Amino acid sequence: MLAIELPRRTFLKSAGALVVTFTIVPALAASPAGAKSVAKDQVDGFVAIDAQGNVKIFSGKVDLGTGVQTAIAQIAAEELSVPLAKVEVIQGDTALTPDQGATWGSLSIQAGGVQVRQACATAREALLDMGAKKLGAARGDLSVKDGKIQAAGGKGVSYGDLVGGRQFELKLDPKAPMKDPSQYTIVGKPVPRLDIPGKVTGTFTYMQDFKVDGMLEARVVRPKALKATLVSLDDKAAKAIPGYVATVRKGSFVAAVAKNEWAAIRAADAMKPAWSDWAGLPEKAKLWDHVRNTKVAKDEALQTAGDSKAAMKGAAKTLAATYDFAIHTHGSIGPSCAVADFKDGKLTIWTASQATHSLRKQVARMMSLQPEDVRCIYVEGAGCYGRNGHEDAAADAALISKEVGKPVRVQWSRADEHGWDPKGPPTLLDLRGGLDAAGKVVAWESSVFIPDKPKPYDVTLVAAELAGLPKDAAFPGNIHQGMAIPYTFPNIAATAHWLVETPFKPSWIRTPGRMQNTFANESFIDELAAAAGVDPIEFRRRNLNDPRGLELLDRLVKLADWKPRNGRPSPSGDVAKGRGVSYIKYELKRTYVGAVADVTVNRKTGKVKVDRFFVAHDCGQIINPDGLKNQIEGNVVQTVSRTLLEELQFDRSMVTSLDWASYPILTFPDMPDVVIDLIDRPKEVPWGAGEPTAAVVPSAVANAVFDATGARLRSVPITPDKVLAGSKGI
Amino acid sequence: MAATLSLNVNGAPHSVEVDDPEMPLLYALRNDLGLKGPRFGCGLAQCGACTVHVDGKAVRSCVYPSSQAAGKKITTLEGLGTPDKPHPVQKAFIDEQAAQCGYCINGMIMEAAALLATNKRPSEDQIKEALAGNLCRCGTHVRIVRAVKRASGQA
Repeated sequence: MLAIELPRRTFLKSAGALVVTFTIVPALAASPAGAKSVAKDQVDGFVAIDAQGNVKIFSGKVDLGTGVQTAIAQIAAEELSVPLAKVEVIQGDTALTPDQGATWGSLSIQAGGVQVRQACATAREALLDMGAKKLGAARGDLSVKDGKIQAAGGKGVSYGDLVGGRQFELKLDPKAPMKDPSQYTIVGKPVPRLDIPGKVTGTFTYMQDFKVDGMLEARVVRPKALKATLVSLDDKAAKAIPGYVATVRKGSFVAAVAKNEWAAIRAADAMKPAWSDWAGLPEKAKLWDHVRNTKVAKDEALQTAGDSKAAMKGAAKTLAATYDFAIHTHGSIGPSCAVADFKDGKLTIWTASQATHSLRKQVARMMSLQPEDVRCIYVEGAGCYGRNGHEDAAADAALISKEVGKPVRVQWSRADEHGWDPKGPPTLLDLRGGLDAAGKVVAWESSVFIPDKPKPYDVTLVAAELAGLPKDAAFPGNIHQGMAIPYTFPNIAATAHWLVETPFKPSWIRTPGRMQNTFANESFIDELAAAAGVDPIEFRRRNLNDPRGLELLDRLVKLADWKPRNGRPSPSGDVAKGRGVSYIKYELKRTYVGAVADVTVNRKTGKVKVDRFFVAHDCGQIINPDGLKNQIEGNVVQTVSRTLLEELQFDRSMVTSLDWASYPILTFPDMPDVVIDLIDRPKEVPWGAGEPTAAVVPSAVANAVFDATGARLRSVPITPDKVLAGSKGI
Repeated sequence: MAATLSLNVNGAPHSVEVDDPEMPLLYALRNDLGLKGPRFGCGLAQCGACTVHVDGKAVRSCVYPSSQAAGKKITTLEGLGTPDKPHPVQKAFIDEQAAQCGYCINGMIMEAAALLATNKRPSEDQIKEALAGNLCRCGTHVRIVRAVKRASGQA
């Protein structure tokens, strides 16, 4: 059954494979029988073992700088019982890896890792069967260690000898017995990340470093307004730049192509395009009116319990508040970059895309190619935190490569990244709550104004828009998530007003919707607790019927040494300190996070400094506790930045915050300490951790500012002017 | 019109042909010398991802004209150490696992190494001040500060 030779080329070292695999596309395409399986239901889709016992794992989920590659390698090494050093993870290559969906939604371990684990368990069981036969021993007398199967008191045989270089040709068995977590030696350990030594010494190859022979460099010349069209183009001065090769003009898509990067930059700068006028953006000062008045495509009930309307009417006390969360950019430190090679009707793209399989289909659509004629190969770039510009850079490079007939690298500028990556949409929320005479919540109503999801999965490619090529409708992500709340209120109505449009092309940014919606929900819970005169943690406890959630809150109280507060701050002096709490069960079905923020507010200047964050975290089975802490710390710091500083600036035509001076992010002097308590549950399934902590950060900060000053800050970013305005009269 | 530029990088002499003397040093290092340590982040000296040492001082190579670098001693991340023989600051970053995507880390290490060359035991506040102009988006700040402390023998 193991007759078919796995092509030797797939065993080439992955570091070299970046270049080497480039040459094998036609070979793979020409002989589908010998091609590596990318089927999700086949062991060979995920696992290959060579004659030396080296293991290759083929993962559709990719490492976006989160440590997933190391975690996947740990899962595979553990389940196969091989040393970690024997495992290599190939990521996001449409010709080699199964389509496990985009790397989003904190699903890389929870979904992707679990599939790899099942494939490895199936492979191990098959190897044990083979080993038993080869050794003439009973299955029950075999043990496995370091890739070797040993018969009790007798001979042994290695995986390499059993299967080396051949395919398994086995269906993945989701019911294959998993290793008992009590036997784990690799999973659950703080294994150092495989990529860090290379990253700190300059030997790691990022997307931005990637090159192929004969490659040209290109820069796209962007319109002066988001939807301006090209009227005319004078490229005389560009042509005079030494190294200039070509001007690409297709519709309103303009690019300068040159022999080297600096020449491409200079040639792009020297282009003299004339653009049409366009001023279709709303006035920024009236953004929230604009959002509220945007036509609603449809309303959707996201959570319903009892009869909130009737209960609200009968409430002894009602509260209402409106929250808003500004438009944000992803803000990758390395602007997007891609290399594409269009040759003989086939397109190869090297890209840092979080979704190479869907990018393949999307670019094929744009270029009127068949998906099988496009291969997308993942090369890690700077962190993207959602769908940023990587896919757009890939489309730029594809289009230009086809026009000039050579491999082309496109490096976005900082202004490209800040101006043209899709944005986290403006989010407006209305909250209402009703309390009875005893301070118990009898009604909860929430509604959110967010852009509709015309079609799943693809954010429109900038190149397709500018060049007038076939394109997809923009998809903002599952931004309604986080509207449903974990509390046992008897009457609940959570509603989405799906809007027909939003000012900027929407996309998911890390913790999409959950971050914005949880800001409102968990701030408003704090308002209700204060109105009831009950400590905010105690208030949450009274409305939770979830032992795991209650245990988490207990751990948080201990971690933060939380002392009850009565919701009646009495600030005095210029400098006030406060603490706030927030809690989430992510999407009501997975990771639990509770956080306490300690803040210092300067009541004279309005400046908020987050001193410390305490985070209690339960994502079930922990694969790598240090990697998990790194993610939690990152979520806290990044989201404190979003909470205090970040807001897209724009005029009627264009984004005007095109650099780090106009779109500042948190810097070292303002960073918080992060104190973490990890709750490990080795026997539970592993849940995601790339996003959930971000969801609780804005509300914990806002609640702490209230605790310090008595001011309710219902608008992110929580800037000094808003703090001063909110503090008036207190 | 192309000029030959003599650069001393990581202890070795190099000749680079440049069309434009104003071309920032970053492009000579990355594209002509094939170095991957210094990174393009903004081209505006705002983020620090491109930091290298010129005569021992941390500079932003994305705005530093390559012609000005002639005759000076340039050190990049690669010149500090290797995966097998890392510089003490690089080793501290590995020990503290102080990277996520790692794109900014070149700047953090080069800036920290320059700091420690003149201030062997900086306080936590001095470390944060020294790195105030270096941006990290993943939020690795906590670990980066710990790594610099460790490199200065304080952890």
